[in-house]
Amino acid sequence: MRWVNRHVGRGGRLFLGATPILLLVLVYIVMAASRHAVNPADKILPLPGAMAESMSALLFQPDQLTGQLVFWADTLASLQRLGIGLGISTLMALMVGLALGVLPPVRATFGPLVTGIAVIPPIALLPILFIALGLGETAKVALIVVGIAPVMIRDITAHVAALPTEQIIKAQTLGASSWQVMIRVALPQAMPRLLQAMRLALGPAWVFLISAEAIASDVGLGYRIFLVRRYLSMDVILPYVAWIALLAILIDVALTFLSRRLFPWAHGASH
Amino acid sequence: MSTLLRFCDVWVEYGDRIIIEKLNLDIEEGSFVSIVGPSGAGKSSFLRLILGQEGPSQGKILMDGTPLTPECGPDRGVVFQRYSVFPHLTALRNTTLGLECEKAPLLGRLFGSARRAAEEEATAMLTAVGLGHSLDLYPAHLSGGMQQRLAIAQALVKRPRILLLDEPFGALDPGIRADMHALILRLWREYSLTIVMVTHDIREAFTLGTRVLALDKRRHDPHAPHRFGATVVYDLPMRERAEPAPEQLENITIDVIGNN
Repeated sequence: MRWVNRHVGRGGRLFLGATPILLLVLVYIVMAASRHAVNPADKILPLPGAMAESMSALLFQPDQLTGQLVFWADTLASLQRLGIGLGISTLMALMVGLALGVLPPVRATFGPLVTGIAVIPPIALLPILFIALGLGETAKVALIVVGIAPVMIRDITAHVAALPTEQIIKAQTLGASSWQVMIRVALPQAMPRLLQAMRLALGPAWVFLISAEAIASDVGLGYRIFLVRRYLSMDVILPYVAWIALLAILIDVALTFLSRRLFPWAHGASH
Repeated sequence: MSTLLRFCDVWVEYGDRIIIEKLNLDIEEGSFVSIVGPSGAGKSSFLRLILGQEGPSQGKILMDGTPLTPECGPDRGVVFQRYSVFPHLTALRNTTLGLECEKAPLLGRLFGSARRAAEEEATAMLTAVGLGHSLDLYPAHLSGGMQQRLAIAQALVKRPRILLLDEPFGALDPGIRADMHALILRLWREYSLTIVMVTHDIREAFTLGTRVLALDKRRHDPHAPHRFGATVVYDLPMRERAEPAPEQLENITIDVIGNN
């Protein structure tokens, strides 16, 4: 049987998908153990026990200075920044993307500007943001917005502009004004794409979040990673990275679920 | 019958390419006009002119004696070969959309009794085209023929002065096409429609139309094919078909349950 025809069942998929991950974990443990056999104080590849020990301190014991549970405070701070940044970007993408996609004069006026902003590397703007907005939360959220909003706007614009002309014409023969074409025809059809754009923007959003936190912050997942780096604390860095990955996956799955739930017509099998 | 649409010396040009030249034409109210012609003979441009998607370069088009604005409006309904229905709305919502746009300029949605009234009207129209049992299905779950039925209902619920069909049955298989022919003839009679249909299918043009217009170029310069535009080269009045020919009706399978 050809490989292109070998379809994998549900159980098989679970097994096959888990195998490389478990193998990777196994390879890590073997390497860590062999390093520890030579030098019991090795910090570069900590054993799971050491990770659990140092993480439990961050998870359950309040910080002496602030009285907070460090891990949860970091998570909350980072998710809040990410959420606000992603929310603002999504709202901008929807409003600006719709206007640009449906209304040719608006596209002619602001399209080049959006393209121009989109090609600037956002990290290059970080100093400007810090100078202009200070070192507080605003600058970090602004970096995420500057980083992902233009890409999302362009994506929604392109999607809306690619709606079949027949649909737009048909809507007009049904008496729809420009505004009604936007809210009744373009907006609902942009929504599944918007969730898709959020999923794709999530990766860059994390990059900008961690960057901003690494440079100027006093709490946050990125801040903690870059802080403990000074002490070679791989036993904290590795669980934090794994936690970030888990959060990213959870958000991604949630968005996919939401899209299927809210917009069944976009996922239905077509004839 | 009175003249609904009058073309006075209409030209359509894109730069130095002439698509339609010197078109003079009257379309009567209540007629079923089929447009045939080879590819590139301006059939689609002709339809776009009536639709208002574009304006004539010269000349003018009068509807009920007033010039047409080069913009689509609710007085001219249209059914395209594809993409006429909105994939994000159920059949019922697709059909109420036209009513909602008219009565709710800001929200584009109706609520309460106004909404129920619109739904009733839309349901009646959907039943008339044979989709009474598929009100809550999305277009993705409808077959090609059912999607075209939906597109027709969607257009007719606005009671347009003129219904434009752009190869509406071109993508359907022959059996379903025959059902659709019966349907469109029935609707044309029941709602006293004026229909302009562009088609590639000569047979279809002659069986459905009360008048067949053939568009083509009168003159042809092989060295500059774009220098001359198309116009009406044949204008064939067919017999009046106010009453259905009885033997013809029996030949056509009418899709009563609407399952195609």
